[in-house]
Amino acid sequence: MIDVINLEKHFGNNKVLNGINVTIEKGDIMVVIGPSGSGKSTFLRCLNCMEDPTGGQIIFNGENIADMKVDINKHRQHMGMVFQHFNLFNNKTVLQNIMLAPVHVQCKNLRKAKRQNVLRKCANCFRKDKKELNEITTTKKQIIDTAKEKALSLLKSIGLEDKADVYPSTLSGGQKQRVAIVRALAMNPDVILFDEPTSALDPEMVGEVLDLMKKLANEGMTMVIVTHEMGFAREVANKVIFIDDGQILESGTPERFFGNPKNPRLKDFLSKVL
Amino acid sequence: MDSFILKVEKFIEIFIEYNGYVKVLEGLKNTLIIAVLGLLIGIVIGILIATVRVIPKYKILPRILNGICSVYVGLFRGAPMVVQLLVFYYVMLPLLDIHMTGVQVAILVFGLNSGAYISEIMRGGIQSVDSGQMEAGRAVGLSFGTTMMKIVIPQAVKNILPTMGNEFIALIKETSVVSFVGAADLYVAFNYIGSNSYEFMVPYLVMAIIYILLVLIISLLVKLLERSLGKSDRRN
Ligand SMILES: Nc1ncnc2c1ncn2[C@@H]1O[C@H](COP(=O)(O)OP(=O)(O)OP(=O)(O)O)[C@@H](O)[C@H]1O
Ligand SMILES: [Mg+2]
Repeated sequence: MIDVINLEKHFGNNKVLNGINVTIEKGDIMVVIGPSGSGKSTFLRCLNCMEDPTGGQIIFNGENIADMKVDINKHRQHMGMVFQHFNLFNNKTVLQNIMLAPVHVQCKNLRKAKRQNVLRKCANCFRKDKKELNEITTTKKQIIDTAKEKALSLLKSIGLEDKADVYPSTLSGGQKQRVAIVRALAMNPDVILFDEPTSALDPEMVGEVLDLMKKLANEGMTMVIVTHEMGFAREVANKVIFIDDGQILESGTPERFFGNPKNPRLKDFLSKVL
Repeated sequence: MDSFILKVEKFIEIFIEYNGYVKVLEGLKNTLIIAVLGLLIGIVIGILIATVRVIPKYKILPRILNGICSVYVGLFRGAPMVVQLLVFYYVMLPLLDIHMTGVQVAILVFGLNSGAYISEIMRGGIQSVDSGQMEAGRAVGLSFGTTMMKIVIPQAVKNILPTMGNEFIALIKETSVVSFVGAADLYVAFNYIGSNSYEFMVPYLVMAIIYILLVLIISLLVKLLERSLGKSDRRN
């Protein structure tokens, strides 16, 4: 689903990523680990071009999205992202947070289709073989109603339906992160990227977020997760990669990765964190 | 004390019988029109400039726009309001051969001038919004502009509301110089009353009170607005 080919990223003279090659298949749960400052976040943020790669390719659904010419917003609609600090929209209620992007994107597409139809109708007056009009099967109200229904059912699935109309500032950290995950889900993404989703949480809230992520994993969601939760990686991941010095120094299944690490840096790292 | 009461009586006489109140109402109207329209124009210009100044500057067009905006801001913040009014009225208009009333010129200049100040306030406000908000918007596939309009600017506006209130108050106060270009504001009205009674003590005192009341009322309105916008901060 995502092919990362020779990915490079530097900030000025600081070379952070130095030729990363990895493939993420549909249904993969890939965990990224590595020391602080090794470029894990940068790698993840390059996957959806939140940071523009300075070299290499990222092939997502058959298109190289590292190319500045592609419409990156289109592709991001299929790639969810969950942040360490949640980043819920502070000026929107929980429900609005979840509905905002789906509604906006669909309404925009609807307007575009309608606009095209008007133009085509005009043009058809002068054409012999008439061009077909876009089929318009929905209305703005329908879009909003469906999005709302979906948002509410998502909220229900995480047990927060009673929080639909409150603002994010009133939620606990764990609740915020679960809403953030659900916000990403509302777009029906092909893959969700997680950047240390539990690092900013109080210990007693880590479990609820990890549980939700496990549930997604079991439902077959493709996920790329930067985390320091080794237990979670071991249990849920089917692929683990170790990044240091801007390169993947080792990768493999969790059994091999944790049971029989080869790279000395990884051995050293694991001895510190386990 | 007796003489003060006499002066007050004289003032009331002119105020009521010689159409003083008409002038005052007219002046109040002009003062408010200039300040309010000036502020509105300023907000539009300010948001535009502030947006240009926070757009990522990889491409050439944003850089050029950014350059133009910084010249604009420098220019309008560099000279006192009176000077700008005079230059507009006595230099620009004749040169361009345009006819405008004093009030129109005042609205325009106040708008352009406050636009420069508001753009800086706005830019501070936008930068005070956590960058994670923009990232989250972009990450769900919204464009820079959409995220700006729906997420960042509403939060920025809330953050800068007190400062904007102060800007409005400053504008109200600065309207007292528009008589330089022949706009009839509160000062002109009370000056008229004063010259007719050869007595300026009471008219200017009343003028001061009106300005202070105006400012108090506006401060109150800003507070109320702030409270109603503050609901997303409240725990409930
Ligand atoms: N926007 C930026 N501008 C300049 N340098 C940056 C930027 N973002 C990251 N870096 C640099 O890139 C390097 C890798 O950062 P990154 O955040 O990817 O590390 P990380 O592996 O996620 O670390 P951590 O575990 O602490 O989150 C660091 O040296 C950092 O200083
Ligand atoms: Mg990081």
